[in-house]
Amino acid sequence: MSKIFEVPLYPYQRSADQDAGAPVRHPVVVVGAGPVGLALAIDLAMQDVPVVVLDENDKVSWGSRAICFAKRPLEILDRLGCGDPMVDKGVVWNLGKVYFDERQVFGFNLLPEEGHKRPAFINLQQYYLEQYLVERARELQAEGKPIELRGGSKVLDVSQDDSGAELTVGTPDGPYQISADWVVACDGAASPIRTQLGLDFTGRVFEDNFLIADVVMEANFPTERWFWFDPPFNRGQSALLHKQPDNVWRIDFQLGWDIDREEELKPENIDKRLKAMLGDEISYQLEWSSIYTFQCRRMDRFREGRVLFAGDSAHQVSPFGARGANSGLQDADNLAWKLKLVVDGKSPVTLLETYDEERVHGAEENILNSSRSTDFITPKSEISRIFRDAVLDLSERYEATRPMVNSGRLSVPCTYDGSRLNGPDCSLMPERTRPGSPMVDAPVPGGWLLDQLGSAFHLLTIDADAPDVASIDGTVCQRLALSTKDDPDGHLAQRYLGNAASGVYLVRPDQHVAARWEQFDETAVKAALSKAMGR
Amino acid sequence: MTASLNTKANIKAPDEFYADLLAVHEGLSKTESDALNARLVLLLANHIGDRQVLAEALQAAALKEQST
Repeated sequence: MSKIFEVPLYPYQRSADQDAGAPVRHPVVVVGAGPVGLALAIDLAMQDVPVVVLDENDKVSWGSRAICFAKRPLEILDRLGCGDPMVDKGVVWNLGKVYFDERQVFGFNLLPEEGHKRPAFINLQQYYLEQYLVERARELQAEGKPIELRGGSKVLDVSQDDSGAELTVGTPDGPYQISADWVVACDGAASPIRTQLGLDFTGRVFEDNFLIADVVMEANFPTERWFWFDPPFNRGQSALLHKQPDNVWRIDFQLGWDIDREEELKPENIDKRLKAMLGDEISYQLEWSSIYTFQCRRMDRFREGRVLFAGDSAHQVSPFGARGANSGLQDADNLAWKLKLVVDGKSPVTLLETYDEERVHGAEENILNSSRSTDFITPKSEISRIFRDAVLDLSERYEATRPMVNSGRLSVPCTYDGSRLNGPDCSLMPERTRPGSPMVDAPVPGGWLLDQLGSAFHLLTIDADAPDVASIDGTVCQRLALSTKDDPDGHLAQRYLGNAASGVYLVRPDQHVAARWEQFDETAVKAALSKAMGR
Repeated sequence: MTASLNTKANIKAPDEFYADLLAVHEGLSKTESDALNARLVLLLANHIGDRQVLAEALQAAALKEQST
């Protein structure tokens, strides 16, 4: 049986653009059909913004790559219509164990908060996500939505001026040119577009190597994340075991800096490591292996004229804490509605500056968190190791230091504090839903709050009067009226009202809070909507 | 009012505490003593908990001027 990553899902086909006399112009061209590029293209197409996706390949990516998807990205995928297959297929986990040397130091339970549609995390191979996204794109095409996937189409050159960008696309039939109002480079950490434009990608290099082996085995280990610090089978280093669907297990060995990559990648050497870790009697098939080094770095700016960068092309973090694909999906989420408003001429181009500001803020937060995890996992000095080991030794006996054990922190979305799109706050209301925050899910009559908020502006009212629709120049803000009478467990009141008697929330199309009040005031809401549109 | 680091004498029978501090290190190698000190710092820091007090203690231990 062939694996999904061996099947061409969007093989090269000659496009009408190749036979046009002059370069055909498109509102948005996305470069790269990975998770970020596909999510962005789906989001745009769902909102009727014509989009062309170019990728030099024609298959989903080989090997598991990203495996942990956090709640917020799952909520974004829900909005795009791909959340269900992800969660149906994915492995939900809450339990973890931490080992130090030969001992189990402690176990933990993520204890996810009640009253959310989606779990804190699922594990799922990246190729499944890509497959579901491609299927969703096909579904949209069948509905007549303007999305095109062009496989076997490699961007050879990009140039731009104030009005747009020109791309030279290489294909099996030779190169052709297209032009675009906007180009979004979702072309990965080695981004050829970034290189062609001569843009910097700076940060901190970690002198370390990690061997990833994804193995298929019938193992009766529980569905838990196991992390080892300085285990006997990998002295002085760390290791990780994590479950994926289809009996695939992710095993990650830290190798150190001075290694012979070719030697380490030989199946017999991987076999030795696996047997030392899991016992001589295990039988498995190696699905994928790779050695990686990593860096925490980002571009200075995620927008360069008519070209925007999203996902790994814009920022790179260590894998600890699952902040790569998760943050890339949040980039797409942030960018799609802004591009839509700009393409439709409803917002000024400067709205796109807030994509740069907000997502640079997100990238900084991710880089900080993943650098801290890395410093704990691979101490960089003698004293750093002494404290790390002290934390682990104490954690075996006392709860006190367990919160300091850092083998990767749960990826949580950032709040765009201080964003120029944020409007008024109400001090009586809870901090977690302040302007700039992602909306927190809650059960509502007939389902879930976030499912009621599509890809447009919404006015959420809780025990407050307001007109059904507010609008500015045709941009509509639909009301969602809720009541604490339909909130038996009090989640809605606790998450949105706090000490306020009622609540009015202006919600952005990416489900972040723009502004909030206790009562509806038309002038105030219109002013906040205008601000959130970057006008 | 936020708590601040107590830099006045606060331990009863200071000679005995000092002797206890040395005693717990007795017979340990340098590596073992370093590890014990690190554990001690972490336990005391957790007991204090207050981030303001801890921040002042870090500055004071680094022999830096307090910014008040």
